[in-house]
Amino acid sequence: MTDQPELPNDAVASSRLRHLSRRRFIMASSTGLAGAVVAGPVAAETLADVPPREPGADLSAHSERSKFVKLGRIPEAGPGKRNVDPDNAINSKAPLDKLVGSITPTDLHYERSHSGVPDLDPDKHRLLIHGMVQKPLVLTVDDLRTMPSISRIVFIECTGNGWENWKKADENLTVQHTHGLVSTNEWTGVPLRFLVDLVEKDHESNWMLAEGGDAAGVDRSIPLTDEILNEAFVAYGQNGEPLRPAHGFPMRLIMPGFEGNLNIKWLRRLKFGDQPWMTRWETARYTQLLADGKAEQFQLRMETNSVITSPSGMMEIRPGYNRISGLAWSGHGKITRVDVSTDGANSWKPAQLNNPALPKAQTRFQMDWVWNGKPTKIVSRATDEMGNVQPDRNSFIAQEGTNALFHYHAQQTWSIDTAGRVRNVLA
Amino acid sequence: MSSPKLIIVGVIAAGALTSQALASDFGRPVTPDEIKRWDIDVRPDGKGLPEGGGTVAQGKQVFADNCAVCHGDNGQGGIKDRLVGGQGTLASDMPIKTVGSFWPYATTLFDYIRRAMPYPTPGSLSNDETYAVAAYILSLNGIVPADGKLDRESLPKIKMPNRGGFVPDPEFDPARLFGKQ
Repeated sequence: MTDQPELPNDAVASSRLRHLSRRRFIMASSTGLAGAVVAGPVAAETLADVPPREPGADLSAHSERSKFVKLGRIPEAGPGKRNVDPDNAINSKAPLDKLVGSITPTDLHYERSHSGVPDLDPDKHRLLIHGMVQKPLVLTVDDLRTMPSISRIVFIECTGNGWENWKKADENLTVQHTHGLVSTNEWTGVPLRFLVDLVEKDHESNWMLAEGGDAAGVDRSIPLTDEILNEAFVAYGQNGEPLRPAHGFPMRLIMPGFEGNLNIKWLRRLKFGDQPWMTRWETARYTQLLADGKAEQFQLRMETNSVITSPSGMMEIRPGYNRISGLAWSGHGKITRVDVSTDGANSWKPAQLNNPALPKAQTRFQMDWVWNGKPTKIVSRATDEMGNVQPDRNSFIAQEGTNALFHYHAQQTWSIDTAGRVRNVLA
Repeated sequence: MSSPKLIIVGVIAAGALTSQALASDFGRPVTPDEIKRWDIDVRPDGKGLPEGGGTVAQGKQVFADNCAVCHGDNGQGGIKDRLVGGQGTLASDMPIKTVGSFWPYATTLFDYIRRAMPYPTPGSLSNDETYAVAAYILSLNGIVPADGKLDRESLPKIKMPNRGGFVPDPEFDPARLFGKQ
């Protein structure tokens, strides 16, 4: 399959595309639908309507978004508990329906925390590394910044992403509600392997406890597999600047491909041991309750997943040309293929993947589609380089039941009615 | 399940980065006494539990003073997580996950209370109070008798009702990882 976006290569198609794109843009602007990022009530019907050029605002210390662009996360208190008092929010979801490309703007990266968002003084923050090591150490932020560093673009996904749709589908949900607990940023920091060698970890130590400096002291046991030792790092940089407090300032663990909760924010302690600690988060919280009442534990890796972000829940489309676009990601590695169905999963066509498709990062996919105006359902299905294929809803529920709460990664279906209204459905 | 290609890249990168750096070049050594201040984790075998102890009766008062406002007078009916009851519901369509019905280790309860509770002032309870309130929550669940007491010896010996309720993901099963098979 091709990695390049397919572009119309004859003049007729190209002209038609421009024409239709403009029409769609006007509709979006005037109705605020179709995921309209640009909110301007007055459209420019001819070039004469475009305002004259004029000098702009003063240059400044940092750039704000255009006043025409409205982007924000949605704070939530749990599945279905939206529009809550900010005091009660435990996460806030990224506006996937309004984002393009594959990098999430820093201030819109989803957040999930267990005791608010502390803004820690970096001068007073310390990272203690101890346990089964020869040389326990205390490190400062400056110590980390003088060490050899790596930068890597990876997705982080809350284990609860998708939890809206376990038992039923609320048709009023947008993709921000259903899938907004995943984001992709570039993170910069020190490889875990470097720190492990620095403190001279004992050979018998195969587990590491990572603990945050938030009030909850969130902690997780991490198995030191080769993959994790080679890929995990302690980050102090996010998209080219110091971490934001919501994402763990001044330092956090990055665990490419693994549960968001393992990417411990406000990191203040790494302790090496020879067995898991069975913390609250790896026993009572992030375990998946199966239909027989048993719970799956240490399901640490995030799965092969995708979702169509446009058109998606609560948008409205018109018959004729539409562009389907979405995001795919896998904790196993690179996304190698995304198939899209526009007939309710009866037939599938490969979508184009935008380059580069990086391992354990979100990949943008897109496809042309001419809608005939009849009711239908659109679905996406991701495949990764290990050959894992995103499961359909029915097979997924048959295996996991409807109580699991975490690691939901079934194919997402959007239904479209004769009026072009796009709605969240189970399948 | 990791990609062979990724591992090779990772090894090369990590190897190049470690070079000749020594611990003495970064950070500072730390004494056992200093480590003790932050070394709060508790394992299922009881490693990490401090000295001290507390009774269910003492815990009832600690709970009323610090916990009931969020978790309800008897560990249920509050605005935050329910702590009591739910045994026998895990396979139903409306599972109720509480300390009594779901948590596999009593040591986790002590660890979690000590590190994270009470929510507004974590770390404010003494070790005795933490043992006591853990004992009280377990007594509400019928796991510790009403005249019971907990300390570093007795806590790890408690068999939680759902201890056998967890199935490890085969990829990260602690009993099989690292050549233990």
